[in-house]
Amino acid sequence: MNEKIMRKKKLQLTFVFLIIIAATYLSSAVTEYNLFESVATIPAAFAWIFSNLIITQEALERLPDILEKLNETIFMSIAATTIAAVFSLFLALMGSKTTKANNILSVIARFVASLSRNIPVVAWSLILLISFGQNSVTGFLALFVATLGFLTRAFIESIDEADQKSVEALTATGATYFQIVSKAVIPQSLPQMISWILFMIETNIRSATLVGILTGTGIGYMFDLYYKNLNYNIVALITLTIVVAVIAIELISTRIRKVIL
Amino acid sequence: MPLLEVKELNKSYNSEIQVLKNIEFSVGAGEFISIIGPSGAGKSTLLRCINRMVEIETGCVFFDGKDVGAQNKKDLRRLRTNIGMIFQHYNLVPRLTVIENVLHGRFGYKSTIGGVLGLFTEEEKQRAFDLLEKLGIAEQAYKRCDQLSGGQQQRVGICRALIQEPKLILCDEPIASLDPNSSKIIMDHLKQISTELGITCIVNLHQVEVAKDYAHRISGLKQGEVVFDGASPLLSQDKIEHIYGMETRELITV
Repeated sequence: MNEKIMRKKKLQLTFVFLIIIAATYLSSAVTEYNLFESVATIPAAFAWIFSNLIITQEALERLPDILEKLNETIFMSIAATTIAAVFSLFLALMGSKTTKANNILSVIARFVASLSRNIPVVAWSLILLISFGQNSVTGFLALFVATLGFLTRAFIESIDEADQKSVEALTATGATYFQIVSKAVIPQSLPQMISWILFMIETNIRSATLVGILTGTGIGYMFDLYYKNLNYNIVALITLTIVVAVIAIELISTRIRKVIL
Repeated sequence: MPLLEVKELNKSYNSEIQVLKNIEFSVGAGEFISIIGPSGAGKSTLLRCINRMVEIETGCVFFDGKDVGAQNKKDLRRLRTNIGMIFQHYNLVPRLTVIENVLHGRFGYKSTIGGVLGLFTEEEKQRAFDLLEKLGIAEQAYKRCDQLSGGQQQRVGICRALIQEPKLILCDEPIASLDPNSSKIIMDHLKQISTELGITCIVNLHQVEVAKDYAHRISGLKQGEVVFDGASPLLSQDKIEHIYGMETRELITV
C-alpha cells in the first residue's frame, strides 16, 4: 500500500519535470532563443566588461558629483518611505479587520492600497512623468505611491497578527478606540512595522536608480547620461558606488532589526 | 436593591445553537459567587453579557440600577470602568512593562488624548505601585510582561482590574492555565479582594472543589440554563452529576 503511494508520488514528480522541460523547449523555440548560443557569448560579455568598465583616474575626479547625486537618491528613498509609512499606518488601521472604524472606510483603504501596489513603480514613474514633468518630485511621488501600497498591505497583516486578547481587556476597562489602538495594537505590531519600513528603504534605494533613469533625477539620471555618452569608466564608478551604498544600508538595517526584534 | 440583576437573558451566536436560555439571577454587593459548568455551557458568554463585551440579544442586565443593554457608547464606557475583568490568558500587552499594564486600568477615567499620551497623575502611579506591593510583585514593576510567569501575569491582571476601583470583578476562568500553587495564590487574592474591599466577584471555574472552597454561592450552568443556584454547601454530589451530566467518579476534581 505504502509503496504504491510512494511510486505514484515519484511518477508525478517525473511527470512534472518532463512538463517543465517541454515548456522550456517550446518557449525557446517560439522566441528563437538558443541556450547554447547565449552561454557561448558569456566569456565575450565578461571580456567586454573587464576591458571597458574600468574605473580610471579620470573617472575618479567625478566622484564628488556622483556622491552628491547618490546622496540625493538615498535621501529621496528614505523620505519617500518614511512619509509613505505615516500614511500607510492610517490606511492600515482603517483597513485592518480588527481596528477598522467602519466597513466603507475599510474597503476604501484596501482599494487604495491594492491600486497603488499592483501598478509597478516603473509604470508609476512614467504615468507621473506626464503630469509632473522631469524633476525630482516625480521620482519622489513614484516611490511614495508604490511604497504606500506595499506598506499598507504589510501593516494590515502586522496589525491582524497582533494579539486580540489585550484589545479585549482594554475594551473591558472602558478605554476608547484611540487609547486601545495606541496602547494595545501599536506596541505589539511596531517591531514588525519597523522591520517592513527598513526593508522598503532598501528596496527603494534600488528602485530609485531605475526611477531616476526614467524621470531624470538622482544617480539614475547620471548613469543614463554617461551610459549614452559611452563613457563606460564613469558608468563603472557609478555602479560601484550604488552597490556599496545598497550593501551598507542592508548591513545597517540588519543591525537595527536584530536590536528591535 | 441587588448590585447586579439578570432578567430573562437570551443569547445565540447563530440560529442553530442558543448559548444562553432565559437566564435569571441576581447578585448582591460583596458576594463571592462562582459559576460552574462544562465547557460550552455558556459561562464565558454570560460573563461577557454583563459588561456587554458581547451584545445582549433579549432580556435585561441591570448593573448598579442601570440597564446595561440600553447604554449608549459613552455611557457604556463609564459603566465598564466600574466592572473589572480578569481573563484565563491574562490578556496583558506582552511587550509593555508591568506598571504600564496596570495603569491601562485607568483609561476609562481619562480623555482620549490623556490616555494616548499616557498622562497619569502622581496618585494614580502611587496607587499602581501600592497594588503591585499588595499582590507581591512590586519588584517586577519595570519588567516586560512576557518575562513573567503565568501566576505573576495573572496578578498583574488583578492589579489592572483593581486600579479601576470597580464595584464588580468578573473572572473568566482565572486559574485554568495555572499550576496548583499559583492557583491557590490567585484564588486567595480574589477572596481577599471580596472580603477586605467589599468588591463583588463573579468567578467562572472549571474546578468544582475550588468553587466549593472559596465561593459563598455557586451557580451551575448546563447547556445555557441555570440548573443550580444556591449556597456552596448545598451543592451535593448528585447536583454536580446533574450539572456535568456524568458520574463524578469520572471527573478529575482538583
